Amino acid sequence: MATQARRASSPSWGFVPVLALDVLAAVALVVTVWASLIYAAPAANLAGAEQTAQRIFYFHMGANIGALLGFLASVIGSLGYLVTRSLFWDRLAQAGVEVGTVFGVGVIVTGSLWARPTWNTYWTWDPRLTTATITVLIYLAYLLFRNGIDNRHTRARFSSIYALIAFLSVPLTYYSARWFRSIHPVVLTGENPDAQGGFGLGPSMEVALSISMASFAVLFLALWIHRVRQLGLQDRIYELREELYR
Amino acid sequence: MGEPLVRFPAPESAPPEVDLPKAGRSGVQMAPGQGLRAYLGKVQAIALKELRVEWRAREVSTTMVVFGLLAAIVFGMAFDLRVPSPQMVVPGILWVIVLFTGVVGLHRSFAAEVDRDTLAGLLLAPMDRSAIYFGKLLANLLYLLMAEALLLPALLILFDTNLFQPTILVGLFLGSLGYAEVGTLFAALTAHSRAREALLPVLLLPVMVPVFIAGASLTAGVLDGAPGSGVGRWLSMLVLYDLLFVVAAYLLFDLIWEA
Repeated sequence: MATQARRASSPSWGFVPVLALDVLAAVALVVTVWASLIYAAPAANLAGAEQTAQRIFYFHMGANIGALLGFLASVIGSLGYLVTRSLFWDRLAQAGVEVGTVFGVGVIVTGSLWARPTWNTYWTWDPRLTTATITVLIYLAYLLFRNGIDNRHTRARFSSIYALIAFLSVPLTYYSARWFRSIHPVVLTGENPDAQGGFGLGPSMEVALSISMASFAVLFLALWIHRVRQLGLQDRIYELREELYR
Repeated sequence: MGEPLVRFPAPESAPPEVDLPKAGRSGVQMAPGQGLRAYLGKVQAIALKELRVEWRAREVSTTMVVFGLLAAIVFGMAFDLRVPSPQMVVPGILWVIVLFTGVVGLHRSFAAEVDRDTLAGLLLAPMDRSAIYFGKLLANLLYLLMAEALLLPALLILFDTNLFQPTILVGLFLGSLGYAEVGTLFAALTAHSRAREALLPVLLLPVMVPVFIAGASLTAGVLDGAPGSGVGRWLSMLVLYDLLFVVAAYLLFDLIWEA
């Protein structure tokens, strides 16, 4: 067990690729700012504050990609831990939740700021808004729950069980909120007949959106890998401390 | 490797005086062997054991009932004369009270076993661990339904709204079942945590959102009486929730007790 954890958490797999990813993420974010604020054409069917606010969209969708990846990482990490019982998978899940929380809050904040000029309200109980908020609450609950368990493997096992149960409920939350009411446009696939304001993206807007989504994905990866490494080193310190005091 | 999940009393301490139930006196014969019949017998044995403990201590059910009534009165004071028609707020009030009432009682489900040092004995019982889960689930469901049975008349008096309608009652049962399913599992997860009373609602409530939306919408739909308000859709959402989580809990419950 100890040797396996040592291998997984060893820093020997190199810090250079991680640093390269950091630089890539930083450059990508600069390009994203340029593409979404300058390159992309202003929205043709909007005017004034609404037209300016529409540019939040690129950061809104970008943060959304980060939150989605965090969600995937936590589900896969939790399943992986329960199958293999290797703490490596648990660290993937925990790092995914932590970074996903940051992005999730970003989605909610940018969405609220954008909704105020567009929908004339900061908040509405739209399915996407509801689901995003509930997911962030589940993330926070997950992190609080982990804090309360001392034994490392018990913590990994219990939080994996919680993550799987909680994330099973997310689609149900989405569909029940969708039946409840929706005014949010469906951007990438399908249509929402009740949406307030349709969505058609011009070519420069599509390019800016793709750039933004890709660079936020790189940013997520960079933060996630850093956190996974850090958690691995943390586990290693605990192991060494236990060996020392035994 | 770390602290054990199950703590046994120190060997030098005298064995505690326990009023052991005598076989036969309890009226439950645990069927030995395999098969569905034997399994159901074990579930029944656990459920009856829960109810017998509860009947003697009256710890959980009374708290839940009193809390539910208290919450109804607080909501009554909060909304009285502030809303044009009480029917507009009753669906939300009903389901908020159900969620909060449940959480008051659910955390005792396994925490009481930890506090009384009886968890080890329970886990050593010669049965599939899932039988323990289903037994406790039944007991928790019963407490919830009991609290709701007293809550509905209170809402009738305070808000002048008759909730005794078949569809609402079915919805309330299905919602409570889903709540007890997830709640019993999470009660087992948090039983050893330091701040379990505070932690359980934080874990449980975000997961209960589908039940809350479906239940409140169902109740509102029935009260409004509008045809085609999607009552059937909300019932099917509750059934789906119940089925999904009973299977998930059955699969995951065993994993809690490995040490």
